[in-house]
Amino acid sequence: MRYDLIIVGGGPAGLSAAARAQELGINCVLLESSPALANTIQRYQKGKHVMAEPSVVPLRSDLEFNAGTREAVLDAWQSGMTGLDVDIRYGSEVVGISGQRPSFEVSLGSGETLQSEAVVLSIGLQGNPRKLGVDGENASFVQYTLDDPDEYSSETIVVVGAGDAAIENAIALARSNKVIIVNRSGEFARAKEGNLNLITRAIEDGAITCFFNTEVSSIEPGAAINLNTETGETRVECNRVIARIGAVPPRRFVESCGIEFPNEDPTTLPELSNQYESNVPGLYVIGALGGYPLIKQAMNQGYEVVEFLQGNDIRPADHGILEEKFRPLPFGLDVDGTLAMIRERIPLFADVNGLVLRELVLASDLLMPKSGDVIFRENDYTNSFMTILAGDVTIEAGGGKTFTLSPGQFFGEMSLLSGRRRSATARAGDGCVVLESPRRDIVRLMSTYEAVRTIVDRLFIERSLRAGLAPDALPGDLEATAARAELRRYKSGEALFSQDEEPDGLHLIRSGSVSVSRRIGGRDIVMSYVAAGNYVGEMALVGQARRSATVQATVNTESVFLSREVFDEMLLRETGLRERMQETVARRVSENLRMEAAPEAGDLISFLMEQGLGEATDVLLIDESLCIGCDNCELACAETHGGTSRLDRAAGPSYAQVHVPTSCRHCEDPHCMTDCPPDAIRRAPNGEVYIQESCIGCGNCERNCPYGVIQMASQKRPATGLMSWLLTGRGDAPGERPPIDANSAAKQAVKCDMCKDLRGGPACVRACPTGAALRMSPAEFVNLTKRAS
Amino acid sequence: MHESILAYRHRRYLWLALAVVAASIAGYWWHDPQEPPNGGTVFGYTLGTIGAFLIGWLTWFGIRKRRYSSTLGTVQGWLSAHVYLGLTLIVVVLLHSGFQFGWNVHTLAFVIMVLVIASGLFGVYAYMKYPERMSLNRGGAPRSELVDQLEEIDRRSLRVAEQLGPEFHEFVASGVQRTQLGATLWDRIRGRDRSQVLLRSGGATSVVSNKGQEAALDWVAEQQSRAGDAETQAAIGELSALIRNKRRLLKQLGEDLKLQAIVEIWLYAHVPLTAALLAALTVHIVTVFLYW
Repeated sequence: MRYDLIIVGGGPAGLSAAARAQELGINCVLLESSPALANTIQRYQKGKHVMAEPSVVPLRSDLEFNAGTREAVLDAWQSGMTGLDVDIRYGSEVVGISGQRPSFEVSLGSGETLQSEAVVLSIGLQGNPRKLGVDGENASFVQYTLDDPDEYSSETIVVVGAGDAAIENAIALARSNKVIIVNRSGEFARAKEGNLNLITRAIEDGAITCFFNTEVSSIEPGAAINLNTETGETRVECNRVIARIGAVPPRRFVESCGIEFPNEDPTTLPELSNQYESNVPGLYVIGALGGYPLIKQAMNQGYEVVEFLQGNDIRPADHGILEEKFRPLPFGLDVDGTLAMIRERIPLFADVNGLVLRELVLASDLLMPKSGDVIFRENDYTNSFMTILAGDVTIEAGGGKTFTLSPGQFFGEMSLLSGRRRSATARAGDGCVVLESPRRDIVRLMSTYEAVRTIVDRLFIERSLRAGLAPDALPGDLEATAARAELRRYKSGEALFSQDEEPDGLHLIRSGSVSVSRRIGGRDIVMSYVAAGNYVGEMALVGQARRSATVQATVNTESVFLSREVFDEMLLRETGLRERMQETVARRVSENLRMEAAPEAGDLISFLMEQGLGEATDVLLIDESLCIGCDNCELACAETHGGTSRLDRAAGPSYAQVHVPTSCRHCEDPHCMTDCPPDAIRRAPNGEVYIQESCIGCGNCERNCPYGVIQMASQKRPATGLMSWLLTGRGDAPGERPPIDANSAAKQAVKCDMCKDLRGGPACVRACPTGAALRMSPAEFVNLTKRAS
Repeated sequence: MHESILAYRHRRYLWLALAVVAASIAGYWWHDPQEPPNGGTVFGYTLGTIGAFLIGWLTWFGIRKRRYSSTLGTVQGWLSAHVYLGLTLIVVVLLHSGFQFGWNVHTLAFVIMVLVIASGLFGVYAYMKYPERMSLNRGGAPRSELVDQLEEIDRRSLRVAEQLGPEFHEFVASGVQRTQLGATLWDRIRGRDRSQVLLRSGGATSVVSNKGQEAALDWVAEQQSRAGDAETQAAIGELSALIRNKRRLLKQLGEDLKLQAIVEIWLYAHVPLTAALLAALTVHIVTVFLYW
């Protein structure tokens, strides 16, 4: 069959593109590998509330889309597609795309080949489930997803896989079926702890049979599976095989179509033109695969890509927003002119493609501070990235040193990369225009463009050398030193260097933190905790001795490494550096002596580091010698935050009567921020990591937080009067407000915001009747150890 | 690491309380009324008014504690002041009365007030003493984890018992089902372990106390002495070890529930008595003015 256009992938972007094509009378087919449209959304739990962020962007599609339940959203699309009579072929897996405009060949899993003039790829990022890769993998009783475990009963079901999905399916199915789980290795190493406990227990109790160290060798059509076990081949008769062995990321397939990625980084997106066209002429990429994870954006692109294909150079849906954003600027340029000017003036953005730059500017704010205004202050916790479009900016570092930046230069990268407070104050000069970009967008830019990463990294090293070691160095000297410095990455627990080694150089901690420990009397004693922005390893270098301690990363850590040779040159060149180093060494020696005299204090620090507090900026601790367990802290949290407490006092371990409850520690580099589709998680100037109203309730942050401090909560009824409850018992008791709508599935992520909008500071601490609750930064942990010793 | 309510901010409310007490005593000393000292003199009225306001303010603590957005001091500061200023009432009210007692509503109000203060003092003692003991007893684990461990032991015991045969399974299952700790507040305070277990001898069954898992351990020991083969011996040995572990955990949990209950129980006297005090105080004031 020959078409004008083939659209691959029936998610929001593909559906919207197909609808537009149909409306314009283009001969088009939509290929969807699953049996229904919008597979990802089909797999949401029943009744899940789907949000329509970003609210400022208008929807531009022939299909309807409003915030509502999963069912309502899917129904609207289904009826829209039916109404337009779009040609959709379900269950059509595309295995290859070759050619370019005007003749593409699209091969299907069934062996069929389709021809078209152009192809739109809208396959998302989920990827297709990984197949078993053995004979019979496509048999009718073999499936790769499981929607509703309660659909099956009294069957014998073989579940293949050892990850969370396989375990969750096996446990759920075992309620009313005989379940056999097949694990390729000898343990369930990849599973979450909760799932690991569940499956271990189920196997011990005999509720589930497990074949460890076993591979599937083949599937027999007569409903049986052959397994290659430790003790030899076994045949298991069954009614059903469910394989949950992960998904094949779409990148390999996308590359096989000829589309190029800038580098190997798995978060990298393919290069696209302003009209979503890839490097293969006629092959377009839209939706999540093109870097647009939100439904509304994807639908808009579906509409726009078809218009572009028809040669209609329509303005993107966000044109009006940019126009509004650029209106106050003094340049007198239109939207495209301003974008071109930004690219021209800022060398960092020179090679960034138009679409990505547009998205970056859309997410950024344009600041026009008056001369003398502060753009950010030293010790603020903000982490945005600033580029200068016009005018000068003066950077006032500690110690009275200032330097001036001119248009085209950038600043703010120190906090962006290290997650630490601002290291200097930035003040606007005359006629200053600054583009302030959110951290997420810059991080994405750095992972996509090697050149951007190199420039930012190099300048970061140069500026941190200046701040940490050589405030008076000549720019040329530092540039040369920075070029020879090395960026090193360490996993949590990995050693930067070990006691008694020959010293090889100096580490400037760029992000994360490290612990310094010494082996004394056959036992490791933690001496100190060193946060990002400081250096380690200077003692042996200045004293020309062996390493006196072991330095380990307490969390994933990056350091700027200066080899001994480079450092020695710096020592010779920079006046005063040796003296400053010697002062630091003397201070550390005396600290170490104190810690050696009190090993319990070191144990307490080790305990706190084991709780992941090495990456904290502000943590809630409870002094158990004062805590009476009244939970007034939780009530205060709930009552000042819409009825849901964001802390769990009783949960979590304790050591030496210091209790670490389940509560946000406002990480330096927050895990929760890594994958937030609407970029709703932000950091406030005082360090509070908080979630904005634009949260779409996807639950990514809840899953990404290693400390379990984010929860999905529905909105609670407003508070009733305290006096009426106290005197008459009417209304809701504090902390016991019911949800507004018990049937609504609309939930948003909630977490501690350190009461940033309340006068007086964190309510949990202020409400503690005995003074047991306290907040502190890791730098203050040493005060705790004074008591421990 | 941190200040207790007594040490709060260099004991500032202790000093304030001492100042109130000293001023009251000095006033009582200097004041020379025509009649014997009593609540009806100018000084008596003054102290009575101060006392009544103090009681009102002390009661307000229950409100302030729940005004979570309030920025008027911290709850800890309020509690520190509540304790010290509450204690001054004894002196203020005694001097207000001029030590005149009788079988009347006025003395009743005084007695209730003393009871409120006494229960409060016990609360202070409990707050100072028990949190640390609770923490040491739990050994760094939250209570929920102790309960999880208990469930895990029960599960493993049942599995071992299943291997040992129906007799063992019935016995262990009944022990698991009839484990009971702190069902009532009184049980918690007393640290009572009301666990039971089903014993079968011949055809008859009887439910006996399994306090401290003693009965279970005795029964298992007896079975072990009778067991023939080494494998059964080993399995019974494992069961016995599990039950000993359970005994330890139950003791730990019992102690935790007990300490938590003591930390809370005094409020069951303090709060109702405060309500009674407010009522008696109102009657006292109204009658004093009626019979003026």
